[in-house]
Amino acid sequence: MKDWLSKFRALVLFGIVALVLSACGRENLTALDPKGYGAEVSLKLILLTTIVMTSVFLVVIILLIIVLVRFRRKKGEPLKNVPQVEGSKTLEAIWTIIPIILVGIMAVPTVVATFQLADTSDKDEHININVTGYQYWWHFEYENEEIATSQDMYIPVNKKVYVNLISNDVLHSFWVPSISGKLDVNPENVNTMFIQAYEEGVYFGKCAELCGPSHSLMDFKVVVVSEEEYEQWVNDMKSFNSQELELDAVAAEGRDLFEEKGCVACHATDSQNFVPGQKPIGPDLTQFADRSRIAGILHPTEENLYKWLKDPESVKPGNKMTGAYPELSDEEIEKISAYLMQLSPSEVTAASKE
Amino acid sequence: MAQAHDHSELFPEVMPPEPEKATLEGKNKFFGIWFFLGGETVLFASLFGVYLALKNSTAGGPSSQELFGLGLVFIMTMLLLTSSLTSVYAMYHMRNNDFKKMYLWLGITGLLGIGFLACEIYEFAHYITDYGFTFRSSAFGSAFYALVGFHGGHVLFGICWLTTLLIRNAKRGLNLYNAPKFNTFSIYWHFIDVVWVFIFSVVYLMGKVG
Amino acid sequence: MATTVAAKRSFWEFIWDYLTTVDHKKIAHLYLAGGGFFFILGGIEALIIRIQLIKPENDFISAGLYNEMITMHGTTMIFLAAMPIIVGLMNAIMPLQIGARDVAFPFLNALSFWLFFFGGLLLNLSFLFGGAPDAGWTSYASLSMDSPGHGIDYYIAGLQIAGAGTLMTGINFIATIVTMRAPGMTYMRMPLFTWATFVTSVLILFAFPPLTINLFLLMFDRMFGTAFFNVALGGNQVIYQHLFWIFGHPEVYILILPMFGVFSEIFATFSRKRLFGYTAMVFATMLIAFLGFMVWAHHMFTVGLGPVANAIFAVGTMAIAVPTGIKIFNWLLTMWGGQVTINSAMLWALGFIPTFTIGGMTGVMLGSNVADYQYHDSYFVVGHFHYVIVGGTVFGIFAALHYWWPKMFGRVLNETLGKLTFWPFFIGVHLTFFVQHLLGLMGMPRRYWVFLEDQSLDLGNLISTIGAFLMGVGAIIFVINIIVSAFGEKAAADPWDGRTLEWAVSSPAPYYNFAQLPLVRGLDPLWIEKMEGNGKIPAAEPLGDVHMPNGSIIPFLMSIGFFISGFGFIYQTDNVYWYLALYGGLAFSIALMIIRSVKDDYGYYIPKEELEKALEGEAK
Repeated sequence: MKDWLSKFRALVLFGIVALVLSACGRENLTALDPKGYGAEVSLKLILLTTIVMTSVFLVVIILLIIVLVRFRRKKGEPLKNVPQVEGSKTLEAIWTIIPIILVGIMAVPTVVATFQLADTSDKDEHININVTGYQYWWHFEYENEEIATSQDMYIPVNKKVYVNLISNDVLHSFWVPSISGKLDVNPENVNTMFIQAYEEGVYFGKCAELCGPSHSLMDFKVVVVSEEEYEQWVNDMKSFNSQELELDAVAAEGRDLFEEKGCVACHATDSQNFVPGQKPIGPDLTQFADRSRIAGILHPTEENLYKWLKDPESVKPGNKMTGAYPELSDEEIEKISAYLMQLSPSEVTAASKE
Repeated sequence: MAQAHDHSELFPEVMPPEPEKATLEGKNKFFGIWFFLGGETVLFASLFGVYLALKNSTAGGPSSQELFGLGLVFIMTMLLLTSSLTSVYAMYHMRNNDFKKMYLWLGITGLLGIGFLACEIYEFAHYITDYGFTFRSSAFGSAFYALVGFHGGHVLFGICWLTTLLIRNAKRGLNLYNAPKFNTFSIYWHFIDVVWVFIFSVVYLMGKVG
Repeated sequence: MATTVAAKRSFWEFIWDYLTTVDHKKIAHLYLAGGGFFFILGGIEALIIRIQLIKPENDFISAGLYNEMITMHGTTMIFLAAMPIIVGLMNAIMPLQIGARDVAFPFLNALSFWLFFFGGLLLNLSFLFGGAPDAGWTSYASLSMDSPGHGIDYYIAGLQIAGAGTLMTGINFIATIVTMRAPGMTYMRMPLFTWATFVTSVLILFAFPPLTINLFLLMFDRMFGTAFFNVALGGNQVIYQHLFWIFGHPEVYILILPMFGVFSEIFATFSRKRLFGYTAMVFATMLIAFLGFMVWAHHMFTVGLGPVANAIFAVGTMAIAVPTGIKIFNWLLTMWGGQVTINSAMLWALGFIPTFTIGGMTGVMLGSNVADYQYHDSYFVVGHFHYVIVGGTVFGIFAALHYWWPKMFGRVLNETLGKLTFWPFFIGVHLTFFVQHLLGLMGMPRRYWVFLEDQSLDLGNLISTIGAFLMGVGAIIFVINIIVSAFGEKAAADPWDGRTLEWAVSSPAPYYNFAQLPLVRGLDPLWIEKMEGNGKIPAAEPLGDVHMPNGSIIPFLMSIGFFISGFGFIYQTDNVYWYLALYGGLAFSIALMIIRSVKDDYGYYIPKEELEKALEGEAK
């Protein structure tokens, strides 16, 4: 397969397969329609290895079909003795050497890409987000910016962003398929990788390591905004002060309840008391009103917020908020919800990108 | 008429030069113990791997340099190495069909093994009471006691095995039924001696040097 | 003292026979029955999983129970179904293929079975006593440390007991093949199934100890408060992952190499040709096993080991494709130029070729670590390993059962029912697992209790569930086949016009295997005698009294001792009185070990007259 025509054909095949596959799956969730650097590199290798191995498969199937058509015993045919063939050194050589070459074709780009993706030498020149995995949510601390948030991670488009991953409890894994491959979130060491998104939008993030009953319910989002929007967002987050918010009566009562019922012990509602490296007990609620989802998985409606506050265990079995606060009456939930829905520091929101 | 079977082939007039391999059962036991030790090698290799990964995780407690005293460990090594030598003498006498001498040297092997264990128990007690260095006090502690303790457990098992053999066969003399049993034991005993050499080097010597 | 002729036995004598047997053929029956039972349990667990995933955000079972289901499905299928059935097949056939009368250590053989049985029983009793383990079949150290209740403790105790049995089997089979081959049976004249048994047993010997240690470390941490995986005291959970996969990767080769051996036998027999490239096949088997120990970290590409480690393991992993591909081509060329009969055994073998090749393809694809950064822990991996395990191991088991059923049970499995088993199962496998590759790439991680609405994952999961039910249909028909053929016609000694020694004895084989040990004149010894001799294997020794081992109830009792001790280990954190069970059980088993050691057991002899009578009977 050395002439240019074959290479051209291979490239076209590549392209067609990639195009067809990109139709598979939901946009911004599927790895088959990459919108980030890591996902792109991975998809190239996925396609290369798929094409190489499919060609091997075709050879096997063709041989199998020929054998079954030519050498199958016909109905009623008596058993006969056939020449006993010991083997063929030539054939053995062929089907050893060609696979070795094919393995080489797949191995070389793999190794090159491995080192490309592992190069973190320019870490200090880029945005660094310290990501902490919890059962069952994600915390994002923006190093050097003195802000933190949870569940929705905002990043600027077309810029390399470094994520430094660590777990607060058990193993998790940080996966945003449309942007990049995954990296495990370990409790004993920080794992670092960079991501770079090419298109603005809201991307689905998944936990990809079994971490308990609600492992399938710890979705997060990566919200990719323009550079200007990102700067604005950071400033809005820094300056927002939930205590100084002007609230109507209901929401103001909600803010008081938020303190009385002990919510404030686990949840920050702004970055005013930010301490670098601190591991909060519960998710940061600074931008709660504009969150893409409640608790990572519920659509942000009043009903869902009620459901979550009334009985979190029914939404996310095994979650750590269950039983951490006194039972709330319906009225109290209404008031707290009203307060939470005022926590909107910025106009740059996930909804504006969806 | 069926032959009367009194298993007399196991009690020949003249013992063959290698009594432990003279029967099919003997051959099977011989290969069996070697293969078993292959698996045990991987077992101890895993424990060594765990130890090497965790030996510096002292969680604020004492480190290997502070804890280990090479004097006692040297005595333990001498005891165990010598016991391996005495077991070689025992097998030599077995092949020469000298039952009493085989017993003598096996007995000495056992006593040396007991001596080793006594030193090790003293060593562990010393760490626990004088340093608070226990199985649970740090990852280093867990790894140390797992590796060295497992080895000690193997020595204990070997001593119990030897004791059972010596008591059971004391009045029977040597024959083709029990010769493989003694040989199997001696191969096992050599193995735990080899493991100790590695422990001595990797845990204690490397631990002192740091 | 065994009864010489199968006279009318009472039911209790039948039970006692199986409780005390050390005969490799009866032990094989026990393994097949036990493994078969657990296969059905594992299958039910699989259907429950697929029902839960039939639609988005389903609530068929709770999240906690779901995690127990996925854990037990994997653990049961691998440790309690696939491995025991494979060991059963190796037990039944290998001694016959090498011309031996039993394995090297018949007592240990029985002990191996009972340890598996009681280990599996212990593990499954967890469902009844507070919940099954729920941290995946891999039971990674951070979640399994965290898991409340005693489920994980059952996992540890059950697998430790069952695993000990497997390790003993490995040693047993290696010693048997090394010392007990019949005269003339050199290594390079052994059938491929025996070679596969040999290499697999070496894999078992070296792969199970890391699992043993890993389970001990987890046990010490959970039950006794040590710090191997406790980050606060300096521990590290990556150690668990390394040790697990140093066991886990060779484990999957343990699952597949015997099946490669089975297929080599079946392709050769039903093409009426010797195996193409025998020497290459033997060496490919050894190379696969050897390389299988060097690639474990391809399960850990996303752990953060660094680019050098990832690159090395990626290249090693892709290299295993080479000897595996060699095998596939050699099988195809075995059929080439032959006269190919397609019966049930051959159907499974032919179905294996495309299915396992697809699994192998996706395996190489997974080996490219950069691609794996997307595949890892997604449904792509689930698709891959089911293609190789179901397409390789399960198809191989079905093929082997059809092929050797006459030799093991004296009956032939019904052909029509065999085809009715194959087609739904085969179609079901592809429906269930092909689409899972796409689901993974579309962003669905594995071990997910629910998938959310509006993520385009609905159709794929529905198709997958439908396929699973088809597989269930096939499995049920196979069970019916077993029952139906029990009342069918008796099997001939050599129903398939076979090539290897097992077909030279009656179906089922006599309890002493060979009246006289056979003299082997070359590869495919029975075929040689058919082509160049009188179709009968010459004897290597004169007719005489045959030495046989005595049965014993001790293996059964020893396993009960460890079983009770297991409960002690599990519950001693709750109440110190459980230490009575812990030490009592151990003491009981050790006492039995000592009894076995000190009580002389020389076996017994079958008189020559009985063998003469049997030979006359056969000649008629």
